[in-house]
Amino acid sequence: MATRRSALSALVSATVLAAPLALAGCTAGSTAMVGAGPSTLAVGLTAEPQNFDFTTTDGAAIPQALLYNVYETLVKVDSDGEITAGLAESWDVSDDRTVYDFHLREATFSNGEPFTASDVKFSIERVQQDWTISLKSGMDVVERVEVVGDHHARVVLRRPSNSWLRAMTTRIGAMFDPAGVADLANDPVGTGPYDVASRRRGDSVVLTRNAEYSTPENPRPRPGYRTVVLKYYADATALNNALLSGGIDVISGVTAPDSVPQFEADNRFRVLQGTTNGEVVLAYNNRRAPLDDVRVRKALTYAIDRKALLEAAWGGRGKLIGSMVPPTDPWFEDLSGAYPYDPDRARRLLREAGHESLRLDLRVANLPYAVSSAQVIASHLKKVGVTVDIEPLDFPAVWLQQVFTDADYDMSIVQHVEPQDITTFGDPGFYWGYDSDRVQRLLTEADTAPPREYIADMRKVARTLSDAAAANWLFLFPNIVVAKKEVRGLHANQVSESFDLTGLRRQGTS
Amino acid sequence: MTAAERVAGGGSPAVAIARRFGILVVSVAVASVVVFAFMAVLPGDPAQVALGVNATPELVERTRQEFGLDRPLVAQYLDWVGGVLTGDFGTSYVTKEAIGPQLLDRLGVTLWLVGAGMLVALLIAVPTGIVAAVRHRRPSGVVVSAASQVGVAVPAFLAAIILVQVFAVQLGWLPSGGWTPPAYDAGAWLRGLILPAVSLGLVQGAVLTRYVRSAVLDVQREDFLRTARAKGLRPYPALVRHGLRNAAVPVVTVLGVQLATLLVGAVVIERVFVLPGLGSMLLDSVAARDLLAVQGIVLVLVVGVLLVNFLVDVLYTVLDPRLRRS
Repeated sequence: MATRRSALSALVSATVLAAPLALAGCTAGSTAMVGAGPSTLAVGLTAEPQNFDFTTTDGAAIPQALLYNVYETLVKVDSDGEITAGLAESWDVSDDRTVYDFHLREATFSNGEPFTASDVKFSIERVQQDWTISLKSGMDVVERVEVVGDHHARVVLRRPSNSWLRAMTTRIGAMFDPAGVADLANDPVGTGPYDVASRRRGDSVVLTRNAEYSTPENPRPRPGYRTVVLKYYADATALNNALLSGGIDVISGVTAPDSVPQFEADNRFRVLQGTTNGEVVLAYNNRRAPLDDVRVRKALTYAIDRKALLEAAWGGRGKLIGSMVPPTDPWFEDLSGAYPYDPDRARRLLREAGHESLRLDLRVANLPYAVSSAQVIASHLKKVGVTVDIEPLDFPAVWLQQVFTDADYDMSIVQHVEPQDITTFGDPGFYWGYDSDRVQRLLTEADTAPPREYIADMRKVARTLSDAAAANWLFLFPNIVVAKKEVRGLHANQVSESFDLTGLRRQGTS
Repeated sequence: MTAAERVAGGGSPAVAIARRFGILVVSVAVASVVVFAFMAVLPGDPAQVALGVNATPELVERTRQEFGLDRPLVAQYLDWVGGVLTGDFGTSYVTKEAIGPQLLDRLGVTLWLVGAGMLVALLIAVPTGIVAAVRHRRPSGVVVSAASQVGVAVPAFLAAIILVQVFAVQLGWLPSGGWTPPAYDAGAWLRGLILPAVSLGLVQGAVLTRYVRSAVLDVQREDFLRTARAKGLRPYPALVRHGLRNAAVPVVTVLGVQLATLLVGAVVIERVFVLPGLGSMLLDSVAARDLLAVQGIVLVLVVGVLLVNFLVDVLYTVLDPRLRRS
């Protein structure tokens, strides 16, 4: 029966219209993957590294995955903000605080090369010569590096600098091997306990133990997990679901605060809440009228109820701060009470400045915390006669262009995550448009001052910024880690640039 | 010779297909210009985005030169198209890797998803559509028909969220997302593919059910089917033997359109299920202003849709000889 055969074949051909195309999908499986098991940890994160080269690509994603885990630094920062030993077992500082002698421990790069003082020289000079990201300026203060012995490197600074040693705990302090920098974007070579085994774009990065990390001749405590899979979820709900359904073991940072209670109520999980370096800042364009008037900036700061804002925008999770200083910085002091919510005072100040009513634009990054904060701000400011036009901008691309580069804005909201970014207020070209001789002088003095004065000077900077209402520090972004109960060694605070895997282990193992 | 054939004035099927292929080529060329133009007017500077928040203006300018963004647009376009024609999609600004192999890798994931979604849609639509048509006056037929109406109204991402909540989070039967390549672990691959394919196929299946139903209803009213029934054939054998080929023509048309919809729907579904397909690559690349990658992806998607339309046209001529000459 010809008719029947053709009828069937017609439907079959319709069915398989897509199938032959689908066969092409066989190519999508070339990357080696590692199986799950008790020695494997799967961590869910949000921002995926586009490549592995943090010397030329900026952003938090690459150091989050690689720093301390794959690349090590001479000195590290611990979860309380203290500087501790890394590849340098100890270090001496000269009396004039310009000469640092680092005494190095035995270590081996994942390509088998030993780590020596000449690698320190190579790495520091490479920051000055070949890096392109702007953080490289942290190394400008270094005059020269001397190789005193195989395990003794001497760094000579042009002038004393308190910020330099702290900067050495960040990615610019990472130690490289001259034979390991040929393809940094794809093949990182470090001395850390892990090595990049494979990556699947849009999905995951797999780290496995670096065989060279601990040898019988040079034993070092190994991390608890043999394999760590860093899985990336751009969507907050997908990230939560992955933990709830057992796809991952840890959420490195919850990005939807509403979802925290469901984890707290579930006895399979543990929730740790701490601080980050991420100040969520309502930026005032200090260079543009009417915000160049300190009375207007103060008025706006009095008019916003930050406690209510934190509650509404981020579920009350986070910490109120009053300046550009997270509590883990040594010069932190609580300035969050400097501008108590006082709409009457705000109105008075605005009248004094000659503004019965005002219209300001608020160009915010199109990110959840910024958009929900903007809505609260608009409603609070309306009560004191300020009309706010909220304009969410595509982040990072459009925000970077309009607000950051062109400074074409009245007010903006974005989270500033870089450590010690209070120094940006010393740069009059920064998008704050804040130009204060006193702050610039204090920052310079602080950096070269003896340690105790350093702290005192930095406090003065923080207070000056608060007094001038140079910006409105809405809240400090919380670090919320959720993990299965058996995962041990996690820290509540996120202080360094790294999601440090080195101390993690499964309960019951050592 | 039918009336339609006489009006069309004749011509061989090969010529018809060649003409349609010509249209395909011109469409692709136009599409490439449109895609490029869109990227050129997109706000945001790729060099600035790649360099991050603290880059100096000099560095941004140098990077723009490295990327070739300082050259005239026409030169940039010709360079790009020239490369694409030889299979070279350029090197990404952001990942610093060749875009071509990445595209192929991601395309594989998306095609599996779309293929599986289509399969689910057909598995739902063909049987239920036929049942709904044959029993259109009985309660069971009406119920199927009403259920398909509800299905049409549910967006794929909502179906996805509900399915994840039930089958991954509550019951724990299937993973909530993620992708395992089939070559690595076929079981894990299949488990990971089920929920995305069902989310995508459910809605399309509901839409398709209604077309299958009306196509079958139309066919049932034809004289040749009444004759078949009069000869004593029962409803289903009569339909299978004489009706399905005729009903297939309108269904294939819709299928072509739906395949395009599926490709677009896959972008959203990939996001919900964290699948490393073309859709998530597209979103990431747009965010990072990785313009060369975006151009490449959009071009591949456009060519895909045009190709499907072309294949549907060709398929008509196979299914229905009368259309060969029009």
